[in-house]
Amino acid sequence: MTTRTVVDTPRRQRPDRERRAGTPRRWRQRLNRWDVKYSPYLYIAPFFVIFGLVGLFPLLYTAYVSVFDWEIGSTDPELVWLENYELLLADEQFWKTLVNTLSIFVLSSGPQIVIAIALAALLNARLRGPTGWRVGVLLPYAASLVAIGIIFANLFGPQYGLVNSVLEVVGLDRIDWQADRFASHLAIATMVNWRWTGYNALIVLAAMQAIPREVQEAAIVDGAGPFRRFVTVTLPMLRPTLIFVVITSTIGGLQIFTEPRLFDALPGSNGGSENQFQTMTMYMYQSAFENFDLGYAAAVAWILFLIVVLVALVNFLLTRRFVSSGEVDE
Amino acid sequence: MDRPGFLVYGLLIAFVLGSLFPFYWSFLVASRDSGMLTEEIPPLLPGGNFFANAARVFDTVPFWKSLGNSFIVASTVTLTTVLFSALAGFAFAKLRFRGRKPLFVFIVLTLAVPVQLGVIPLYMAMSELGWAGGLQAVIVPNLVTAFGVFWMRQYTVGAVPYELIEAARVDGCSMIRIFWHVCLPAVRPAAAILAMFTFMTSWNDFLWPLVVLDADNPTVQLALEQLQSGFYIDYSLVLAGTTLATIPILIVFLVLGRQIVAGIMQGAVKG
Repeated sequence: MTTRTVVDTPRRQRPDRERRAGTPRRWRQRLNRWDVKYSPYLYIAPFFVIFGLVGLFPLLYTAYVSVFDWEIGSTDPELVWLENYELLLADEQFWKTLVNTLSIFVLSSGPQIVIAIALAALLNARLRGPTGWRVGVLLPYAASLVAIGIIFANLFGPQYGLVNSVLEVVGLDRIDWQADRFASHLAIATMVNWRWTGYNALIVLAAMQAIPREVQEAAIVDGAGPFRRFVTVTLPMLRPTLIFVVITSTIGGLQIFTEPRLFDALPGSNGGSENQFQTMTMYMYQSAFENFDLGYAAAVAWILFLIVVLVALVNFLLTRRFVSSGEVDE
Repeated sequence: MDRPGFLVYGLLIAFVLGSLFPFYWSFLVASRDSGMLTEEIPPLLPGGNFFANAARVFDTVPFWKSLGNSFIVASTVTLTTVLFSALAGFAFAKLRFRGRKPLFVFIVLTLAVPVQLGVIPLYMAMSELGWAGGLQAVIVPNLVTAFGVFWMRQYTVGAVPYELIEAARVDGCSMIRIFWHVCLPAVRPAAAILAMFTFMTSWNDFLWPLVVLDADNPTVQLALEQLQSGFYIDYSLVLAGTTLATIPILIVFLVLGRQIVAGIMQGAVKG
């Protein structure tokens, strides 16, 4: 293995290098060695510099800001320790946004992942024109979130929305999708699912195609039907991918902002007249850039970060457990 | 395995139609006047008002400027992300240096850090630098991504043979020239896919531009939001705007979609 590595090349030139000190050749050799040794760090540096500046530093600095009474533009913020967090825990609006966020999150990622797996199974069949179907399924991912938010707000309009017209035609009651809390969560979750299901299906499909054919054939020989094969062979082998999909949709889903922000028909309001569909990220935005209370907003951000980590961890453990149970049963 | 039957195709057709419908609806409203929305049963064929409505979009918000801004931001971000990710991917895949493994693991872990939550200090930093309101405030935080580095590394591992690198070194190539002349041509397919995804993500970004840009210097997404934020919402106007903003990216996607999909599949198999 080592004989194939790049580092070995200068060593092979050693007899050459020992010929004479002080010659231009020697200088070039030294440059060469530095190049091999240190240039890799230069190549990876941009990521670390940028991540440090826009990822790590802001995360830590958010924690710092959150212990101050810090208004936008104030020159002399006052250290208040945990007061922002105390206020937050007693803040009804905060709890409301927390429940909204979790509710929209559950309504979106749950169905989304189940449908994505089913869709991937469909796409994994020997279709005519497979690429065409895949492109069609991925199409919503290309749409602009803002455009989608506006279009869905229109479709779910309380008075002239198409969804309500259809409900009426089939003999059901109209629903006020913006005013009713649960209905608004459902509508927003529909938006999220519309955009991401196809994307996740393709990720799952890619993993499905990596499963060796022999494994499936062995199960067929053992007399397993398609459904049983899917549960006991395919699902367990998809585990790493499913964990990836679950974690990314957790991180994205809990930070949801654009869809609910644009779902509101009333300009300038923030998640409905009674915040019935305001999410935590929206509350953070409102606290910081409408109420100008950066300290409070930073506290919201940090609590949200902790919740994201916590939920991602729980989901990770659940997915691992749930999916591996198939293997144990065999 | 057998050829799939009608049920499979039926379900897929239903799914694709569902994917297309919101786009179609948006165009439908944009091509008529808002009056159609008050009708008992809305018409299902486009009318002839699309260009008139589109023209009003350009009168109502600085749409040309926003298109230009979005284009500048998205292409700069795409260029640097692809370049830096390819460089880092090359280093992690093919070069030996101390700390290579732990540094790469660190990058993968940072995928889990929600960058959005850093908007407050980031906004403060941008104000401090005097960048708030300018496009550089949108560009700089997105110069390179963890996903990009991860993606390019995975591809480079399989796509660039050690023999080629060694041959180039024997010929006296410096590392950077090896990257440019040996590695980059070999990883072009993966770079193209990364470019597409980065461009779309950047073009569609909303929260951060909303925080850091001003209303008179918007990106397309902000211009769309402005269209919607009147007291009375003129849906033909607003949906003409969304259609206009969606068309370019949809065309790019449909042209390059095959490559993107093929690339996702290939990347995963290589995993």
